[in-house]
Amino acid sequence: MRLELEKRSEHSRLMTVLSPVIAICLTVIFGAILFSLLGLDPAQALFVYFIEPLTEAWSLEELVVKATPLILIACGLCVCYLSNTWNIGAEGQFTMGAITGSILPILFYDLEGPHILPLMILMGALGGMLYAAIPAFLKIRFGANEILTSLMLVYVAGLLLDWLVRGPWRDPDGFNFPESRLFSDSAVLPALADGRMHWGAVFAVVAVVLLTIFLAGTLRGFQIKVIGSAPTAGQFAGFSQKQTILFAFCLSGALAGIAGISEVSGSVGQLRPVISPGYGFTAIIVAFLGRLNPVGALFAGLLLALSYLGGEAAQVSLGVSDKTTRVFQGVLLFFVLACDTLILYRIRFGRKPAAQAVSGGANGRS
Amino acid sequence: MPEMLLNVRGITKSFGETIANRSIDLSIEAGEIHALLGENGAGKSTLVKIIYGALQPDEGRISWKGSEVVIPNPAAARDLGIGMVFQHFSLFDSMTVAENIALAMPKAVPLSELSMSIEEISKSYGLPLSASSHIADLSVGERQRVEIVRCLLQNPSLIIMDEPTSVLTPQEADQLFETLERLAGEGRAILYISHRLEEVERLCQKATILRHGEFIAECDPKTETPASLARKMVGSEIHSVTASNYTFENPKTRLQINTLNHPADGPFSVALKDISMSIQSGEVFAIAGIAGNGQSELFGVLSGETPNSDNAAICLDGHPVGARGIEYRRRLEAAFVPEERLGHGAIPGLPLSENVMLTRHGNRDDKIVQAGFLSPRNAALIADRVCRLYDVRKGDPDPEARALSGGNLQKFVVGREIDHAPGVLIVSQPTWGVDAGAAALIRQALIDLARSGSAVLVISQDLDEIFELADRIAVIHDGKLSDDLSREDATREKIGLLMGGVANEKTAGASNAA
Repeated sequence: MRLELEKRSEHSRLMTVLSPVIAICLTVIFGAILFSLLGLDPAQALFVYFIEPLTEAWSLEELVVKATPLILIACGLCVCYLSNTWNIGAEGQFTMGAITGSILPILFYDLEGPHILPLMILMGALGGMLYAAIPAFLKIRFGANEILTSLMLVYVAGLLLDWLVRGPWRDPDGFNFPESRLFSDSAVLPALADGRMHWGAVFAVVAVVLLTIFLAGTLRGFQIKVIGSAPTAGQFAGFSQKQTILFAFCLSGALAGIAGISEVSGSVGQLRPVISPGYGFTAIIVAFLGRLNPVGALFAGLLLALSYLGGEAAQVSLGVSDKTTRVFQGVLLFFVLACDTLILYRIRFGRKPAAQAVSGGANGRS
Repeated sequence: MPEMLLNVRGITKSFGETIANRSIDLSIEAGEIHALLGENGAGKSTLVKIIYGALQPDEGRISWKGSEVVIPNPAAARDLGIGMVFQHFSLFDSMTVAENIALAMPKAVPLSELSMSIEEISKSYGLPLSASSHIADLSVGERQRVEIVRCLLQNPSLIIMDEPTSVLTPQEADQLFETLERLAGEGRAILYISHRLEEVERLCQKATILRHGEFIAECDPKTETPASLARKMVGSEIHSVTASNYTFENPKTRLQINTLNHPADGPFSVALKDISMSIQSGEVFAIAGIAGNGQSELFGVLSGETPNSDNAAICLDGHPVGARGIEYRRRLEAAFVPEERLGHGAIPGLPLSENVMLTRHGNRDDKIVQAGFLSPRNAALIADRVCRLYDVRKGDPDPEARALSGGNLQKFVVGREIDHAPGVLIVSQPTWGVDAGAAALIRQALIDLARSGSAVLVISQDLDEIFELADRIAVIHDGKLSDDLSREDATREKIGLLMGGVANEKTAGASNAA
């Protein structure tokens, strides 16, 4: 017996939907094996990890809080990856959006009024966008690999934030803790319910709706798809590849920036050295798990948010390392990408082929 | 009597429905330089890949030094003593000559030892080369020497060379010929693939000629003229061309090219030199030529995918467009069909209706894009119309482009452009790899379009097609366009000679002789 991959003549629509489901199942199976190797009851561990967080109202709100930045960022990344542009630096654009969005509440803390929040969001979007424009420019102008440049800029942004909260932006009344001053009431995103869920969730849903329309119904959305799947054909259609790269980076950067300032303003309330448990990287998984489709990213974002919550719960009640979350996320991405093979190929169980032809060397007399 | 080295009998190989080789014979003796001649698509590469073990024949036998062999892979071919120098090199730019060659050696050899034997071989065969220089610093000719030395290190009895001079300057080519003659003098055989007739005449003792996958003749090029070789290569059958002569009242110049120059943008790209021509309404103008002589570069410049620096070099209906992009040209009623269907003319993974949007999103009358929003319905209507009028056969109502057969996709791609009645249509290889029925339909559509008042430019390597379609014919060779001939004046011989790069005055002499 041997396995063969046979190319399909068209995309399999069934597999397009089924592939992430298969990937999730495989991840759960992997998790069960992992937990039993750690000496835990796999059924109980999986329950704590994936089910328990969904049983209480406060943790459901927490789920939305965690899903909000993931969905916002992943929506932008969907557009980026569809255009075959590889923005790996959303974490940096998230951080930069948080920094630029915090300029008003930190440096001009005595300003008040309803115009503060919209301005903060706008500045956050601009900050993320301009920061994302750097790798785009480097790629367009010098052909620099955007995967490397965008990734490296993540660490630059992280260090800038660290320096700001320990240095110039440190709270003068904060007992030397590396934190900025707390945002005033007009600079905090209002809550949506009794708990921690805030207006960022609305932004995420709006982004999903707008980007779905954008990708499916506009010429620019078509351009993204065309350039992404066949650049030569894109050129033939009269679309500019460079312009598409810049656009994709700016859009995803702006959304990551909005996610950054929403998180800081809605959930944290001040700047700290670490404001994200890796949302920008996890959003890459969200984008792929969601089939590079904004609606898909909405569901995938909720699932990955669950992996954060489950990780915390498992740490508390089972005593496993919080690194388990990262393992789960990584394994999930691995299985998603592997299962995507099934979209263009089908597996065939074939018999061994006929005996190989006799080697030429054996027959040739020299 | 020299030893019979390679004897190939009745080789047949088909890919799907196309038969690339149909019972081909080839025999090569030791010490002989043997030319393998044929147009593009004649089946030369397939045959050579079979001999080198990269492909397996469907039928036929190969014997090597008198005993029958099966060559399952290139390593086995090298073990037998068959080496190959490819047209496109496989060298790592950032590594040295010795390092590159070491990578290809079957066993690990110390680099210092290898460097010595490299320099020894390169010296004794007149291939000056330094083992420690980096590939990136070498000229194209020097890179080829690396490939040849790499091949010689295996001490082959038969060396296959795939169009070796296509990337060389005349001086480099002369040097290469000396080396080849020296190798042949040692009793090695060389299978020399080319379509440059003067080279073959000068260098080779024997020539095997293929056409449309079939064995045509084996002959001695020294007793042939370039003209007689060309005739064998492109076929001398009389084709009944139904010349529906065009008579067009008050024709106007729709496409004009004025001394167009375009630099090459890479080592394998061809520079366009002083190209001038014009096409009137009602006319089909064909550019013949062997692949890689500047056709794709010319198409890119004419379509606007690679705009030229001189805006006045290209005029559409009198508007200078040389420096403008493709969409600007489309708005002036130009349309384009590139050579490559999948990935250039159409996107494999998108349905036909979205492939309609690809070239027609800027067309106001189509109403595909309104205020930035797409109308999938209008695109689907056009896709349906194109499929109906041009007999595009499909399984689904709106299948992905890659699900169509080559012929059906080509009918769709050509139909999509003709459908909106362009003023100028530039089409490259309109029927490449397309079955006879679809080819006839496409050619008829092109002629009908021209007769309705448009100008049609066809870039093709298929002489049958050119004689069927064209009112006037010119030949592109090495980035230069010959003067055009009317269909009445053009003979296969004349065109064939121009394709091989034989100068104009020689053409006249050769055709008188023949």
